[in-house]
Amino acid sequence: MPWRLLKAGLSKQPAPPRFFPQTESLKPRYDVVIIGGGGHGLACAYYLAKEHGITNVAVLERGYLGGGNTGRNTTIIRSNYLTPEGVKFYDASLKLFEDLSQDFDLNIFYSTRGHYTLAHTDSAMRTMRWRAEVNKHYGIDSALVDREAIARDVPYMDLDCAGNDAVMGALYHAPGAVARHDAVAWGYGRGAYQRGVEIHQQTEVTGVRVEGGRVRGVSTNRGDIECGAVVSMVAGFTPRVTDMVGLRTPLEIYPLQACVTEPVKPFMDTIIVSGSLHVYVSQSSRGELVMGASVDPAVLHSTRSTFDFVEGLADRLLDLFPFTSRLRVMRQWAGMSDLTPDFAPIMGSTPVEGFYLDAGWGTWGFKATPISGKTMASTVANGQDHDLILPFNLSRFHDYRLVGEKAAASVGH
Amino acid sequence: MKLIECPVIGARPLSEFVYGGEVRRPPLDADGNSSAWTDHVFNRSGAPGVLREWWYHRPSGRWFVLERDTLRNAVQRVVPIGEVVHAVPTL
Repeated sequence: MPWRLLKAGLSKQPAPPRFFPQTESLKPRYDVVIIGGGGHGLACAYYLAKEHGITNVAVLERGYLGGGNTGRNTTIIRSNYLTPEGVKFYDASLKLFEDLSQDFDLNIFYSTRGHYTLAHTDSAMRTMRWRAEVNKHYGIDSALVDREAIARDVPYMDLDCAGNDAVMGALYHAPGAVARHDAVAWGYGRGAYQRGVEIHQQTEVTGVRVEGGRVRGVSTNRGDIECGAVVSMVAGFTPRVTDMVGLRTPLEIYPLQACVTEPVKPFMDTIIVSGSLHVYVSQSSRGELVMGASVDPAVLHSTRSTFDFVEGLADRLLDLFPFTSRLRVMRQWAGMSDLTPDFAPIMGSTPVEGFYLDAGWGTWGFKATPISGKTMASTVANGQDHDLILPFNLSRFHDYRLVGEKAAASVGH
Repeated sequence: MKLIECPVIGARPLSEFVYGGEVRRPPLDADGNSSAWTDHVFNRSGAPGVLREWWYHRPSGRWFVLERDTLRNAVQRVVPIGEVVHAVPTL
């Protein structure tokens, strides 16, 4: 890399093209408008262009690419869910993730680590066994393991938790991985751009025009455009968009906070999650501990982070890893999670024709980036919900067909 | 630290409270499958704005209904108890 830098510095040739050259102005009409330039939105644009040949597509992003929850998650990828619907869906995502670096010709630092979900109580052990059996049924490498197995694999963890709620066992999920979240968004964005998709940053959608129960166009801070379909992929901003088309949803926005410590030598090669202690932690390829907890206790549309979050998280982390007591926290941040009552996403068609929803990603959206892009692209291109996302349609609430995923999707219960 | 204005003793940390969610009124409708009921059971006012919510302050052991701006986390009004009582539906 330094050699390339030196060559570029001495060369009279212009600098290599930027990742995303600035697109000039909005066209009057697009076939598909995607609201939200995060991982999901860019992945949807990528698969629309690559697999369905639909390239008259605009991705509209009010801030900058990947600046929302795509850049705020703790980058964990896994498929050890509880419901058959969830397991099949997230497993398809994990398989796409494994090939992304080759597809993009861009290193997303995909790193398979193995993933432990610790159980501190009998009831947690029952849930872990349940998840393990559902996973095995769908051919996913998950198993219930005992204390001895954890002690062998994670010798630096205090399984007695300093005397409080000792670890009894865990759900071990071998394919559990981490990846660089920014690179995922950039890879999808560049791939989409190279295939003719327009990406407009600093472009905020202020209204969606619906006539005769059908989407006709969107208004933005840069003017009005017509379009055949609108896909809303805006996570924490979803209720503002659904209000524009008059749709009621069960989404509520709760802040989710996370933080990283200073980098240290690699010592932790697995991902550790504890539902009882409300903590998940992994070591990044730079050596930082990346940590998160459960969502804040009340609805709030804000990304402010707080000291009491770090204090509480550190307290519980020390139960597992006492030797981290001298690590300093380098950065903390928050994202806005759009939580659903059953902890499964809301995807696919809606009662408004041409308006597609990809929302309800709460605290579990990053791992679904490839598959949600792929299935939503298929849904928009064919005008019919993809099989994998049928159970996640908004209509499930009206029909009382919930997909109860809480035991596998969150740590705050 | 996020603070909530407690009507009894002023601004207190969010961690002292239990969030009771949006104040909602069940429909006076006996059919549990009606869209009025599914709307009541699941749908919420998710967009930012002034929301009327239940809050429980643990140390003082009292429930309140507060009107709070969910964009700025600012309590704008404590709903008087008489108003809350009248908002509870009688089936």
